[in-house]
Amino acid sequence: CCCCNEVGCKPGADGDDSLYPIAVLIDELRNEDVQLRLNSIKKLSTIALALGVERTRTELLPFLTDTIYDEDEVLLALAEQLGNFTMLVGGPEYVHCLLPPLESLATVEETVVRDKAVESLRKISQEHSPVDLEVHFEPLVKRLASGDWFTSRTSACGLFSVCYPRVSSTVKAEIRQHFRTLCSDDTPMVRRAAASKLGEFAKVLELDYVKSDIISLFTALASDEQDSVRLLAVEACVSIATLLPQEDLESLVMPTLRQAAEDKSWRVRYMVADKFSETFVSLQISLCFNCIHSVLTIWLSDLCLLCPVSEQELVSDTNQHVKSALASVIMGLSTILGKDNTIEHLLPLFLAQLKDECPEVRLNIISNLDCVNEVIGIRQLSQSLLPAIVELAEDAKWRVRLAIIEYMPLLAGQLGVEFFDEKLNTLCMAWLIDHVYAIREAATCNLMKLVEKFGAEWAQNTIVPKVLGMANDPNYLHRMTTLFCINALSEACGQDITTKQMLPVVLKMSNDQVANVRFNVAKSLQKIGPVLDSNALQTEVKPVLEKLATDTDMDVKYFAQEAISDANVEQRLVQQAAFIFPADQTCCSLAGSQDRSEQRNTVVSITACNLMNSRIACTNPSQTVSFPNFFQPDLHAPVHSLFSAATQIEFDQTNE
Amino acid sequence: SSASAPFSVPSAEKVDGFPRRSMRRARQRRSHSSSQFRYQSSQVELTPLPLLKDAPVAELHDLFCKKLQQCCVLFDFLDCVADLKGKEIKRAALNELVESVATSRGVLIEPLYPEAIKMISVNIFRTLPPSENPEFDPEEDEPTLEASWPHLQLVYEFFLRFLESPDFQPSMAKRYVDQKFVLQLLELFDSEDPREREYLKTILHRVYGKLLGLRAYIRKQINNIFLRFIYETEHFNGVAELLEILGSIINGFALPLKAEHKQFLVRVLIPLHTAKSLSIFHAQLAYCVVQFMEKDATVTEYIIRGLLKYWPKTCTQKEVMFLGEIEEILDVIEPSQFIRVQEPLFKQIAACISSPHFQVAERALYFWNNEYILSLIEENCQVILPLVFATLYRVSKEHWNQTIVSLIYNVLKTFMEMNSKLFDDLTASYKVEKQKELKRDRERADLWRGLEEHQDRRMQMLTEAARNQRNLQERGERGDPPSPSSPQTSHSDQPELKPSGASSSSSGGGESAT
Repeated sequence: CCCCNEVGCKPGADGDDSLYPIAVLIDELRNEDVQLRLNSIKKLSTIALALGVERTRTELLPFLTDTIYDEDEVLLALAEQLGNFTMLVGGPEYVHCLLPPLESLATVEETVVRDKAVESLRKISQEHSPVDLEVHFEPLVKRLASGDWFTSRTSACGLFSVCYPRVSSTVKAEIRQHFRTLCSDDTPMVRRAAASKLGEFAKVLELDYVKSDIISLFTALASDEQDSVRLLAVEACVSIATLLPQEDLESLVMPTLRQAAEDKSWRVRYMVADKFSETFVSLQISLCFNCIHSVLTIWLSDLCLLCPVSEQELVSDTNQHVKSALASVIMGLSTILGKDNTIEHLLPLFLAQLKDECPEVRLNIISNLDCVNEVIGIRQLSQSLLPAIVELAEDAKWRVRLAIIEYMPLLAGQLGVEFFDEKLNTLCMAWLIDHVYAIREAATCNLMKLVEKFGAEWAQNTIVPKVLGMANDPNYLHRMTTLFCINALSEACGQDITTKQMLPVVLKMSNDQVANVRFNVAKSLQKIGPVLDSNALQTEVKPVLEKLATDTDMDVKYFAQEAISDANVEQRLVQQAAFIFPADQTCCSLAGSQDRSEQRNTVVSITACNLMNSRIACTNPSQTVSFPNFFQPDLHAPVHSLFSAATQIEFDQTNE
Repeated sequence: SSASAPFSVPSAEKVDGFPRRSMRRARQRRSHSSSQFRYQSSQVELTPLPLLKDAPVAELHDLFCKKLQQCCVLFDFLDCVADLKGKEIKRAALNELVESVATSRGVLIEPLYPEAIKMISVNIFRTLPPSENPEFDPEEDEPTLEASWPHLQLVYEFFLRFLESPDFQPSMAKRYVDQKFVLQLLELFDSEDPREREYLKTILHRVYGKLLGLRAYIRKQINNIFLRFIYETEHFNGVAELLEILGSIINGFALPLKAEHKQFLVRVLIPLHTAKSLSIFHAQLAYCVVQFMEKDATVTEYIIRGLLKYWPKTCTQKEVMFLGEIEEILDVIEPSQFIRVQEPLFKQIAACISSPHFQVAERALYFWNNEYILSLIEENCQVILPLVFATLYRVSKEHWNQTIVSLIYNVLKTFMEMNSKLFDDLTASYKVEKQKELKRDRERADLWRGLEEHQDRRMQMLTEAARNQRNLQERGERGDPPSPSSPQTSHSDQPELKPSGASSSSSGGGESAT
């Protein structure tokens, strides 16, 4: 039988497997049109299911292995699919069948494909039995590790750590040897890959080998001729430090770390600064708890001894990247050091950095404010903070502006509504008319978060009038911003504000002379529809949408029709629900309810029950609330998803 | 100090801690450049030495050496007013050294080599500073210029004259200009300053020409730089300069091409086309590619198939560049090679003609204005016309741009004149072909619908099996005899379905499999 590997099993009840000869399916997989080919590959599991496990193994996989030359996008999809194929080839027993195609994929040039293949290989390695791991998987790793072209050796680096723990000691020795070889590979690409996996590999090694092997590799990589390799070695330092007993750290890790902190390349110093607090934390964890306090004090003075490029010196590093990396970790140290130490040692640095000429440095400090807030409270800093925020808010680089916007909700929460209204509100409104779209978009989203924080009433008084005022702006981009704001705010503001204040503005804008505005009106109506009550929907929204659906502009028409059909689908489902379950009080009352989110819940549960041809689930529609995916009254949602939801409900009830 | 007076911050601004933006800009503009001055320990005070031209012959070499040592002192150019005197002394010394090595004979004696190379290394080798502008776009933005250029330029000039001097002896130099030196030199090509890259280009070219032992190593390291650029960082400022050097290196390759060189073409040069910043080095890249073809026509197929594999999907600007390169290639292609690639190639060209971006369509249609290409098309009209006909016919009716429509009419006319019989046949069968295509699409849709229904049914069976299993278990727990109507599931090894099946299989599939 082709659908399963059990002898004597009859073909499935449908018996239609023969309808899908492999040739037809393979034709789909090599269609001339890349897009079609890609679609087919993405549904590879459907194909495999149609073929059954046996033919998947004997026909489909060999085909895939042989025709690996394709566009990278197709290969990427394939590499991803194969990671989830274990059951489709017959379970863990047969999982090694997947190795040949993944091996080829792990050698291609394109990094994303290779990485995905390695990810899938790592995933299926867990499904191998220890024996299969040695018989099939480990030889593959070896082949990759000794491949001619650098790509296969690079991929091998990511596979050592997944098979090491589960193989015999002879094989372990071989694996360690292979890793050593790759660490001194001829090409910097491979050394980089090895260096980036050094920490991960160290974690699965026995402590003795960490001391004997890993430390020497770490030292060698940390003094590589290329700074791109050295800095990855620094990164590995964090994991290595957690593995070693405290007494060995000083002799085994610190010399290299000191050397890295003094490296002539700013990139390496940057990495030291970046990993500073992480290393710091990991070094502490391995300490005995009793002496944490005393050790902390020692460490604090050691900050300067640790390396010439200690905190203070890094702060005045000439290189802005090193500085900004430090700025992002310095705040993390405050929780470790405690209030007194923070005020004494870190606060001055912190204030100095808030005034740094480089915007990234200031931004990194502000981004980590929550740490300081926990330790010393933010009020103490607001004097120094405000100018920094204002300056960043008007920075010439839009990415800097974007970053500060993203911290606004956090700042608003910490500074309180009064401070916010007084000092920051104008900034938030000014971003809405920024000349960069990404900023306007972020500003819109920011408003939504602020409303969630400060409430609808605050919104009605401060934000909504200004937003709606922009609807009359001569610049159509600003008028569209009004619509985007409404989309974002309607839910947070609630039905009342949306219906009474926002809806009339949106409807009025449907007469805008710019088509982009008009189709955004259609989109907005679709978006805010769920917030409105049925009455407004029928009497106000529908006529406008119908008018837009006859617009001269193609796009306006499209989006208007889209909105109408969206509304119709929902309507129909509600009616259908009432029809199917006339006797059920709950259903009927819910279906007739004005609250549309309740209607939706009903629709979902009813659809699910309908499919099960059972009414059990319906007795308590609120249960479906736990399946947020099904809130969308979207008929395209996979039927079996609903199906399994219903099954789930039924199981739950059986259990009760 | 008076030195920093022009930039002192007014007291009002000291309070809020922020210099006015204009002032900050001014300062930023000055803070271009390197991380060099960090390594200065204690600054040595320079004292002027006697001029080289006044030195007695016996002392010339000694003085030359002293000047080289003097030039090893580095200055902080970020602070443009610091140590002006020292800077001037070094500048004058460098000028003298350049002058002397360029004009006098017999200056370059063996003991000077290590000193000269040391002076060069100390000055030019440094970790390049990060770009001022993280989103630096070489086409749009002004590059950050190297602040220490007044000295650096003279050091480069000296190095160049040193290499070009008739007294230069590779056998002596190779002890000092070694692999490590070359590697550092190559890394400097990432400099954002075009003036520096220009010097580096000439210098590397000379090194490649004179130090034969380093050639293979240089090629390998350039490979590594390109591979890192393509697959890891997507950022390297000197790609164009390195390609320019390679252009002339390829020109000198011996025939038949070594495997190493073919590998370089296929695995490095062709994938370079995928880079986002292709426009910056496309001219040099296309030159290299065409050089390869002219060396050895058998690589043509690799090249064209490679380009087709990496054909831009969304970037029309790059598509136009690809079309330009294809035309350069077709200009020199051998007819026998053309036949090998014409099919995939003209499918792509047809796709370009139907691009809604008129520059892409236009660039593709210009091929028909190229006489050599036209002659190739004419020779292979039987193959090519059927490939492009449907597209031409459709686009001539649909394209929004009038220029494209009229260009297409010309192309159609050319084809009609080439082979009127074939043309008429294709016109007649156009509708039928169209129908066939629609039918194929429908069949595909049916196939997939069937497959998906099949998947749903499997899903359903799985759920039922799980439920039966559960019922069975419950009965077993209650001590009831197993019901004869609940079958031993025959789907015990059903595959777990992805992705939507996850929830149901976890509720039963897993158990039933054991």
